[in-house]
Amino acid sequence: MKAPILSSWFGRGAVAAPPDIESASLRSDRFRLEREGEWRRLEAIVARMERGGLKRISDEDLLALPALYRTAASSLAVARETSLDAATLGYLEALVQRAWFQVYGPPKGFAAWLRDFLFGGWSRAVRALWLDICIALAVMVAGSVVGWLLVARDEAWYYRLVPGRMSDTRVPGASREELLATLATEENAAGLSTFAAQLFSNNSAVCILAFALGFAFGIPSLLLLVHNMALLGALLWLFDGQGLLVELAAWLSVHGTTEIFGILLSGAAGLHIGRAMAFPGTRPVLAAAAEAGQRSAVVMVGVVIMMVVAALLEAFPRQLVDGTGPRFLIGGMMLAFWLAYFFLYRPRPMTEDGA
Amino acid sequence: MSAAATRTPPRLRPRLRAGNGRRREMITPEGLSLPVTLASRGSRAGALMLDVLIIVFGLIAVHMLLFWIAGGLLEGTSFDPTDAPRGAQEFLQILLVIFVFVTWYGYFLVQELGPRGATLGKRIVGIRVAARSGGRLAPEAVIARNLLRDIEVFYPLVFIVTLLLMSSNSEDVGPLALAATAWFALFLLLPFFNRDALRAGDIVAGTWVVEMPRTKLAETLSTQGAAALGASEVTGARYDFGEAELSVYGEKELQTLERMLRESSPEALAAVHETICRKIGWEPGAGDERAFLEAFYAQLRAKLEGDLRFGKRKVDKFS
Repeated sequence: MKAPILSSWFGRGAVAAPPDIESASLRSDRFRLEREGEWRRLEAIVARMERGGLKRISDEDLLALPALYRTAASSLAVARETSLDAATLGYLEALVQRAWFQVYGPPKGFAAWLRDFLFGGWSRAVRALWLDICIALAVMVAGSVVGWLLVARDEAWYYRLVPGRMSDTRVPGASREELLATLATEENAAGLSTFAAQLFSNNSAVCILAFALGFAFGIPSLLLLVHNMALLGALLWLFDGQGLLVELAAWLSVHGTTEIFGILLSGAAGLHIGRAMAFPGTRPVLAAAAEAGQRSAVVMVGVVIMMVVAALLEAFPRQLVDGTGPRFLIGGMMLAFWLAYFFLYRPRPMTEDGA
Repeated sequence: MSAAATRTPPRLRPRLRAGNGRRREMITPEGLSLPVTLASRGSRAGALMLDVLIIVFGLIAVHMLLFWIAGGLLEGTSFDPTDAPRGAQEFLQILLVIFVFVTWYGYFLVQELGPRGATLGKRIVGIRVAARSGGRLAPEAVIARNLLRDIEVFYPLVFIVTLLLMSSNSEDVGPLALAATAWFALFLLLPFFNRDALRAGDIVAGTWVVEMPRTKLAETLSTQGAAALGASEVTGARYDFGEAELSVYGEKELQTLERMLRESSPEALAAVHETICRKIGWEPGAGDERAFLEAFYAQLRAKLEGDLRFGKRKVDKFS
């Protein structure tokens, strides 16, 4: 006598009618038979929600959902104390769990989340990381100073810091003309968009790495920042030797204000997690890590967006716009924009709608 | 440890005791405790492999499609790549780079943000992501757990594979490479070092991976056969058990019997029938086992549930 479950696989209405309530000899079975219809209705609604989100649910069902969920939850609580029918208990536990995931499911869709993120959520998350941003900034400045000093003392360091393929003609001893040529613009835009796409993919991966490494108490994130900035320091030293520091700064600033800001944020995000795990305060370590991780994740989505902007800037304006002044103008504008967006733009948080 | 174990056994409910080390309690906002079963490490690894396979085959398919289109660009230029329209080729290249990036990160993200909280691989295996606190699964949590996947799963694997290749070619492996591999391996093995099988991404995001129960509501046993009629359909015999006969067994045995009645073959039921008869001192007959067991089940359950209402629990035959 197996339950004919096949019929309930197909069609929503094709649920076998429950046996007559009066025929049940046990009180707990009568309890079950009285409520079975509501459980099955809840199951059907939940199954539809799992398949296709809220759009397929009629208003009537949607309004009934919380009540049905609470009925099932209270049925479970009662059944645990009065019924010894393992099948019913197992079914109710599974049903309440499934319904719970839908009733307390993701609070909003991806589009709504993105809107909230762009209009306030992102800058709020960045501001919450202010201390980590300060630390990461200090580490980055220190990193570039260290890079400069190391190379200034011993030129051999340059080759260790700067990977070979990156420094084609940009090596110690290069003439002013050679260095200046690397800062020049390209003739036309052909090939630059591919360049941008690759830059973006590569830089985002580096940023995600900086963030993810923060898990080990933030130390690897900081090391990554130091390493990247030491490279920058070495480059600055090289161009300074030929009196081209301002030109290099202008060349870098076009995309660098966005890109280095993004790297700064991802390092800070990693550090934020690391710090929360090392010093959780009164909370359990796991709770502290989860809280910090979710805040940092918001920042990281923003960093990916910044990397898109940086790659576009790096590929087009930097290679096409000539002259120190215009380059500084673009870079400065971007920096001003990011700073204003993160620290001056403070809309009121959108109200959380309750379940 | 053993001292604690001997002190604690008292009154675990049979349902919980029947479970294994992967069962956890989750408290809903209504204050109801729901049992959840953590996904096993094996099923999670399997789900990940399925997902990676899906991504890889999807990417290969898209690559082939794009190359086919790019091949079409060469036609009419007498197969001279320099003559091909450059802008179109470049466009395809960009499309490819962006597509790979979006697929790699978006595949997990979009699916786990959906109502099922699971990727295709996870759905096939029957597991999903849930918030550890019992609250909502926030989009931030899903993002955080997926950003860490690269460093804790794929980088270690890449490192280990390179190391194996290098050592098989008897190349010199520097101490730095070894240290890096050990460090990354630590991430890879993290789920084995904690009770809840959390990987680093789960820790940072406050999530865990649980099994997705799919239970159908079974028929009520007490409305069928001898339990409902009070007499056997085959022989017409009535089975009535006395107080002493029904107090032999407890809840655990009742639920075992329930499972047997729902699932077992007549031969298995005959064996159970014989065991019960001997236990309660009856002479085991033959041919009417199912009716006997249904009647016994209904009456035992009526008695135990009656006791339950008065706050008396008999967990198993020993208590």
